[in-house]
Amino acid sequence: MTTATVVLENKLSSGVRMPSSQVWRAYWMEAKSETIRACRTPAFAIPFLGMPIVFYVLLGIFLAGSMSHGDARIVPTMFVTWATFGVMGPGMFGFGMFVAAEREQGLLRLKRALPMPTASYVLAKMAMTMMFALMVMITLIAAAVFIGHVRISIGQYLLITSIDVLGSLLFCAVGLYIGVRASAKSAPAFVNLAYLPMMHLAGLFYPLPKSIQPLEFVSPAFYLNQLGLHAVGAQSIDALSLGAGPSSHMTPVMCIAVLVTVTLILGMQATRRLRRLG
Amino acid sequence: MNHECLAELVGVSKRFGKIVALDGLDLQIRAGELFALLGQNAAGKTTAISLLLGLQPPDAGTAFLFGLSPLEIEARRNIGVMMQEAALVPELSVREQIELVASYYPEPMTPATTLQLTHLESLADRPYGKLSGGQKRQVQFALAICGRPKLLFLDEPTVGLDIQSRELMWSTLRRFVSEGVSIVLTTHYLEEAEALADRVAVLAKGRVIASGSVNEMRALVVKKQISCSSSLSVEQIRTWKEVQSAHRDHKGLQITAGNVEAVVRRLLDEDEDLQDLEIHRAGLAQTFTELTQESMQ
Repeated sequence: MTTATVVLENKLSSGVRMPSSQVWRAYWMEAKSETIRACRTPAFAIPFLGMPIVFYVLLGIFLAGSMSHGDARIVPTMFVTWATFGVMGPGMFGFGMFVAAEREQGLLRLKRALPMPTASYVLAKMAMTMMFALMVMITLIAAAVFIGHVRISIGQYLLITSIDVLGSLLFCAVGLYIGVRASAKSAPAFVNLAYLPMMHLAGLFYPLPKSIQPLEFVSPAFYLNQLGLHAVGAQSIDALSLGAGPSSHMTPVMCIAVLVTVTLILGMQATRRLRRLG
Repeated sequence: MNHECLAELVGVSKRFGKIVALDGLDLQIRAGELFALLGQNAAGKTTAISLLLGLQPPDAGTAFLFGLSPLEIEARRNIGVMMQEAALVPELSVREQIELVASYYPEPMTPATTLQLTHLESLADRPYGKLSGGQKRQVQFALAICGRPKLLFLDEPTVGLDIQSRELMWSTLRRFVSEGVSIVLTTHYLEEAEALADRVAVLAKGRVIASGSVNEMRALVVKKQISCSSSLSVEQIRTWKEVQSAHRDHKGLQITAGNVEAVVRRLLDEDEDLQDLEIHRAGLAQTFTELTQESMQ
């Protein structure tokens, strides 16, 4: 018998199983660590928690209120559009910048070598994003109720919170798509390249002329905003300013279909690439 | 020592474009041993380790980790890993980093035990980003051991450590090995391999060119080194048939020879004022250099 045969016969086959309660705990710890880390990163937490509420109160409540000449229809519209804006940032920047940096600095490689549950890297960042989106929604709702006097039902508040918190996953997919491709240095630039046109083309803050309104269909944020408007029974800025246009024909089902499709395509493409990296 | 094979590469090849990183490599890590993988830059050490960790698939051949594919999480629950270049999240404290990684394992050490073993108690609540380079390496080591792994992969573990921290890590490693933990060490510090390793393999051009115990490796290169203060000229000594090389440096005359006894006899005969005579066996560094040079030729 050769030495090689002896060694092969002695080869262990000893994988270690872990109770599912412990696996869930690992997922929980990853999500907790990611959220703590995001909260302790001032360049992340301050703009994405602070900007939506400040801009909503200044521009969405006071400025829009003074310019609307008493047209109360603008009140719920502003709440929805600033909510859409508020949930865009954490996912896009959280995934785009953190993934690019962790990939480049070897952390992702270390985590892949360690027995980290396979999906927990992405799920933890998704949980962190949804937590931030929820905090944004809570601050915006507080402002809407006490300062903006937005008169919608509690059910509608809950519905739009659910839509926007779940909708933040779309921006996670966009951010991840960038994060697995861009270097740590170029990621912020690429995220902004996606973030700014997506925000402005979604028709969130000002009406787009009817001739260029079809451009709104290329912005995924547009569909989330439309869905939010449907949920609270509000009209888009385009419709309030210029009357019914191409965007007025979007039904909630069409919006959900587009949002789910774009999220899945970008998310699957990115996670496939993520699995190959290391 | 038993010879259970914990990790194994069987005839693996890996190319990156036109560059052959591994060329039909066979490697076995046995239970209870500290195995050092040596080689110059681009010899294939990192690629070999990354195949064993499941970070990339081989083009040909198979990698086993505890008898399973390294991609299986059940296999990786047996291992701890310390990589040379892995920046941990700077905002998390040392304790939080340990708690997170420990949660990946079924029966980890408590954070307090891990902190104590790695002498990090005083830094437990400090953010990782505010630690010095050496302290960061200690934290990475703590993460590698916190899950009570059966097999530890350590890539250049003592780079950036001061002498005291290095000694502490060495003694911790020796203790782990005595408790039955196996260790795969890649290092540029040859004295580290010499001080710790049970078995050494030298990689060059993606192949193992030599493997065995430190003593067996030294024996592969039979030369010995003579050091002395002598008035004899280097040119004169180089003409002696037993001498393979000779030069003079700040420590005096340095002679490398196969039959060292004959050279010493002749030195004493020809130079009555000879002083500071010392004879060394080739160290691992010298062996390693010569082996890799031979394989390149």
